[in-house]
Amino acid sequence: MSFEEKGTWVYLVVNVVTYAAYLSIILGRAENIPLTEVSYVSTMLWTIGIAIALSIVGHIAVAIAKPGEADKRDVRDKDINRFGEYFGGIVLAVGMLVPFGLAMAEVDHVWIANAIYLAFVLSALTGSVVKIVAYRRGF
Amino acid sequence: MGRPTKVTNKIRALRFANAEMTQAELADRIGVTRQTIIAIEQGRYSPSLEMAFQIARAFNVSLDDVFQYPDSEGETP
Repeated sequence: MSFEEKGTWVYLVVNVVTYAAYLSIILGRAENIPLTEVSYVSTMLWTIGIAIALSIVGHIAVAIAKPGEADKRDVRDKDINRFGEYFGGIVLAVGMLVPFGLAMAEVDHVWIANAIYLAFVLSALTGSVVKIVAYRRGF
Repeated sequence: MGRPTKVTNKIRALRFANAEMTQAELADRIGVTRQTIIAIEQGRYSPSLEMAFQIARAFNVSLDDVFQYPDSEGETP
């Protein structure tokens, strides 16, 4: 498995784990009060910050585990990255229509912020999965 | 998903014919990762024309001696 593929796995796992943690915290708080009254801003910002930090730490760990392969990125890695980002971009563009519609409908900010966050997460997941499939099955 | 490319190659045979060159050695010669050489050998990645020439040059053979492409649909070279 190349350094770039390992990095893609790190990014995928970090995104799934941090978003699942965020959802469990928010939904846990919403057990006795309406979702629109749940405090979410600091939790969302912390989750995004932790996701970025974990991705960096994960990449460093992968590089330390096999220093010889670290930062070796060739034309296939670039092609696969572009391929995955293309699909991630489509998901992000389509996903952003939801918060766009919610904003025009003047719904509560909590829904708009969470719809944007979900669109980013889905875009990242789609891009990562497409890249991993391309690495595994061919491209 | 089927084979992503119809291009076939003889890289594996050529490596063995050239002093049993390893995938890592070939990768170093043309400046790619070993995983890319594995993917090309297995038909999971179609290299660029430039990379194809570099591979052929590493074995001192012509492009046709390394890569083959079927004449028509379903026909094997």
